[in-house]
Amino acid sequence: MSSTALLLWAKGPGFAFAAAVFLFGVTLRVVEMLWLRRRPDRSVARGSGALQGLRTVVSRFLPAPGLVARSPVVHVGGMVFHLGLFAVVFLYGPHIAAIRGMTGLDWPGLPTGAIDGATVLTIAAMIVLLIARSKDPVRRLLTTGADHLAWTATLLPLLTGFLLVNRVALPFETLLAVHLLSVELLLVLFPFTTLMHAVTFAFARYYAGAIAGRKGAHS
Amino acid sequence: MTLSLGNGLAALREQIDAPVAAFFSSCVHCGLCAEACLFYTETGDPHYAPIRKLEPLRRLWSREFTLFGRIGAALGLSRPLTEADLAEWEVLVYDSCTLCGRCSLACPVGNDLTAMIRKLREGMTAAGYAPEGLKKAAVRALTGISPVGVGEHSVRKLVEAQAAACGIPIEMDKEGADWLVTISSIEFIAFPEVLGALAKLFKAAGATWTIASDAYEATNIGVQIGSRDVAGTLVQRIVDAAHRLKVKGVVTPECGHAYQALRWEGPNLIGAAYDVEVIHIIDLLDRWRAAGKLKTSGKDTSRLTYHDPCQISRRGGLEPQARRLMAMVAADFVETADAGPWNWCCGGGGGLSANHRAKDLRLTVFGPKKRQLEAVKPEGLVTACSNCRNILEEALQHYDMDLPVLGLVEMLAEYLDEEPS
Repeated sequence: MSSTALLLWAKGPGFAFAAAVFLFGVTLRVVEMLWLRRRPDRSVARGSGALQGLRTVVSRFLPAPGLVARSPVVHVGGMVFHLGLFAVVFLYGPHIAAIRGMTGLDWPGLPTGAIDGATVLTIAAMIVLLIARSKDPVRRLLTTGADHLAWTATLLPLLTGFLLVNRVALPFETLLAVHLLSVELLLVLFPFTTLMHAVTFAFARYYAGAIAGRKGAHS
Repeated sequence: MTLSLGNGLAALREQIDAPVAAFFSSCVHCGLCAEACLFYTETGDPHYAPIRKLEPLRRLWSREFTLFGRIGAALGLSRPLTEADLAEWEVLVYDSCTLCGRCSLACPVGNDLTAMIRKLREGMTAAGYAPEGLKKAAVRALTGISPVGVGEHSVRKLVEAQAAACGIPIEMDKEGADWLVTISSIEFIAFPEVLGALAKLFKAAGATWTIASDAYEATNIGVQIGSRDVAGTLVQRIVDAAHRLKVKGVVTPECGHAYQALRWEGPNLIGAAYDVEVIHIIDLLDRWRAAGKLKTSGKDTSRLTYHDPCQISRRGGLEPQARRLMAMVAADFVETADAGPWNWCCGGGGGLSANHRAKDLRLTVFGPKKRQLEAVKPEGLVTACSNCRNILEEALQHYDMDLPVLGLVEMLAEYLDEEPS
């Protein structure tokens, strides 16, 4: 298959398939989660569960006091990784243009140089976090093969994107095709791995906040 | 599959709901919950990571409550839970978790791991995998009233003695009293003076109260061991007494889990909303303070600090009330590091105080509390949970730390202007 044909496939049927799997999988995971419902709580509330639930969705972006000192690498690395990934995915001009093409939504992006820097930082944070995971006895015990798969699937679009922007190695067309395929792999794996937390974290935080909020407790 | 395993799995299935699914779906195995857990920080054993303790529940959820998990199970890609799994996890679920809730507060994705441990215990108990100490306590609570065997006769004698000591009558089974007060067994056994203190405080507030001869026990072993049936029976006992005595409300004593059991889980356990108010004693005293019903004179001048009971502060939100009351009686109050929502557990919550095989581990995990106290060097340690108080005294003695542990209710009573306002 020529690089042009590969690119056309990645842009066309490949992307359509990946997007369909992603949308079906995410919808299924969310629906089967919500389908389990919660039993009605008959206790008389002391505070607003809904309000604290929403507040907790936001407040948990901040690290827990005292724990940063115990796990500085995970906290700082995690923060850099998530912020960097957000910038690279949603604030890079060509990505915004692609999303605009599909949805009509538009917003300002960051200069390519900034995105380049964010990509390097994000990849560096991923490598540091992987090393930290392999060295820490708790994380080593908890880590599964699926975690490594999710890590790899996240790294590949970043790496191929960086090579693509900086015109390193392969011809542009081939690199773009490989980059798109790596994104499609990420989309396909998303609902089946811990990548899914990017959607469900909001539900988890909301539930935790709502449960505590009714009691006037902390979350 | 054995009958007991079947019962355990059925009980676990009952516990799986949308929050559990959201929590397990969101875990990225970051391990930060371990850093908040006193069992991990004090031992370094990775098996004490809170999310690890939940593995049986996670496996059941994944295998039976997700489409991909069901497909995986059909293809033989996952292993069903076995008796051996539950036997292996019993120690992790009961001996190394005080349900303190620190991990739940630390989890970056918001997983309420503590609530899930509470749920997991339902399955463990139904399958027969719970510590003997807790099982026996449950039997005593069901066949008698108290989980440690404090009978009605003993209670009456204690009440009479404390009423005589404080000079205020305490009438048991008094119909039409404002409040039905529940007491924990530890208070009856180790801190009976709290009865006299309550008599003074209720008199000062101009409120009437009583103790029910058939529902004096606040402790709910069902919540600790993880049995909705036992817990519901014990809650219903108090609700029935409240109806029989036609009281306006029920007071839970200085006991953390009793507050959670009666105030929050209770209506869901018995399947009906209460028609009387249920309130923690600290909350009620603070209400009276705000209304100007409690006046004190003088203060303790020694350097005092406060131990936040996990179920009352972190998971109850009542630490501002406790501090406002402390301000009435403490002239030299000092906070420890991590006080309030992030306080460290005494090590005896969640049924550990009744789990004798875990005693050595319980004393080991007293480390963070010990360091908190060593840093501020208080002359007195005040708390609002008799279980914490008992465990703190035991651990302080074990570590040769000469520090009196005081109950907040008793302290308030000591500095009270006793005439009604």
